[in-house]
Amino acid sequence: MKALAHDSTALYDIPGPKTVRRHKLYGVLSTLAVLALVAWILYLLFDTEQFTATKWSPFEYEGIQELLLRGLGNTLKAFAISAVLALALGGLLAMGRLSDHRPVRWVATLLVEFFRAMPVLVMIFFVFVALKVQPLPALVVGLTLYNGSVLAEVFRSGVNSMERGQKEAAYALGMRKTQVMSHVLVPQALRAMLPAIISQLVVALKDTSLGFLITYEEFLHAGKLIASNLDYDLPFIPVVMVISPIYIGMCMLLSWFAQWVSKRQRRSPKTEAAEVAPAEPGTLLPGR
Amino acid sequence: MNVLTDNFSTFGDGFLGTVELTVYASLLALVLGFLMASFRVAPVGSFRAFGTVWVTVLRNTPLTLLFFAVLLGLPRFGLVLPFKVFAVLALGCYTSAFICEALRSGINTVPKGQGEAARSLGMSFGQTLSMVILPQAFRSVIAPVGSNLIALAKNSAIAGAFSVTELLGTYKTLNELGYNIIWTFVWIALGYLIITLAISAIFNILEQRWGVAR
Repeated sequence: MKALAHDSTALYDIPGPKTVRRHKLYGVLSTLAVLALVAWILYLLFDTEQFTATKWSPFEYEGIQELLLRGLGNTLKAFAISAVLALALGGLLAMGRLSDHRPVRWVATLLVEFFRAMPVLVMIFFVFVALKVQPLPALVVGLTLYNGSVLAEVFRSGVNSMERGQKEAAYALGMRKTQVMSHVLVPQALRAMLPAIISQLVVALKDTSLGFLITYEEFLHAGKLIASNLDYDLPFIPVVMVISPIYIGMCMLLSWFAQWVSKRQRRSPKTEAAEVAPAEPGTLLPGR
Repeated sequence: MNVLTDNFSTFGDGFLGTVELTVYASLLALVLGFLMASFRVAPVGSFRAFGTVWVTVLRNTPLTLLFFAVLLGLPRFGLVLPFKVFAVLALGCYTSAFICEALRSGINTVPKGQGEAARSLGMSFGQTLSMVILPQAFRSVIAPVGSNLIALAKNSAIAGAFSVTELLGTYKTLNELGYNIIWTFVWIALGYLIITLAISAIFNILEQRWGVAR
């Protein structure tokens, strides 16, 4: 039964000799199709003269390398600030949602649902245009509000996913609610939530690129500056070919880190009991 | 208050623009997502690899970068289409990666015995997938697919910044006309709430009708 399943649902038998040959044929054909597509793209690139020396020469200059690095630095700066603030806000809102006081719970729920339902970009533009704030704070505020409220949901479901006995035992020992939370539930929940939290941070990292739309001088902005330079014959495609792998690579690294953490935890007996779903899919917006 | 009444047609155009983007991109995302999900569970290795690369790359691409590359890049290859089509392409491809993952995890929720029974009846991979597994998986993916489409509707705001007519972009016109910017944003926000709540209502109905009872 070995070759059967790469995941839990077995959809096909171990192929016999005839099927193996057929699959090989499909494999070769589809690979050829993909190769043809790649070749066509390469042809287009050459045909529209994207590989001329002029278009790639800007990357040799120190000034331009510095411009790109500064852009990357600004992207990471916006990410770092909004990640920290979003985690803090998420914690605060989750506390509110788990509160014993009904008004606090209502306010927190309202805030979380509202900020989750709004497009991040609308919030960023609102802060930037209507409140006339500088680009970086505007971006940070938008990202913090959105990711903070999503993280609040992650935290809340993490705490709620703890086995009931944990809470009951803690109360039975005479702990107050604050102690139950901070000494018993949260430390265990955090471990289980870590992959979901990191996945949400990937979303935050990706969304820092929205800063481009409000003229924050981040990575894409730097790319745009280079791409619109007539001296180098408008090297737009080279710029995209340089920027995309870096940007996508950063996000992939963070995603893989999340997966690695989650795999490690699945093996760990300490977190066996709790499973926290990733933040995005799952629940529909209003209520539950 | 008269921001809305004076500019009803501007808001209307923007609102319809967002709805249009959302509908077309959703259809594209569902079709592509379905295709990629079947690739990812296919018995042929190269199909699986293609699906995996598609999902991994698109899920880790910032949407703004994708818009940037598609809307401003493709015309340089002589491929000149209306920006709206490009926007639908970018949004649809991006969301398809998430839809694919939702479908795939839905496929994984179908008990193993179902696939085994289908195979022992002599069904092929295509038959097993389309007649046994997917109809059952469909019931458990309604909610996640719904929230991905809500995310798509929200993401369509990015298109406005690339001068496609849609809801968020209306602020520019109204700002130039000197209307109260705060109220403009209140109405824009309301517009998005209507769209996201509508999608969520549709999927709640679907869920009630076909969802797995819990």
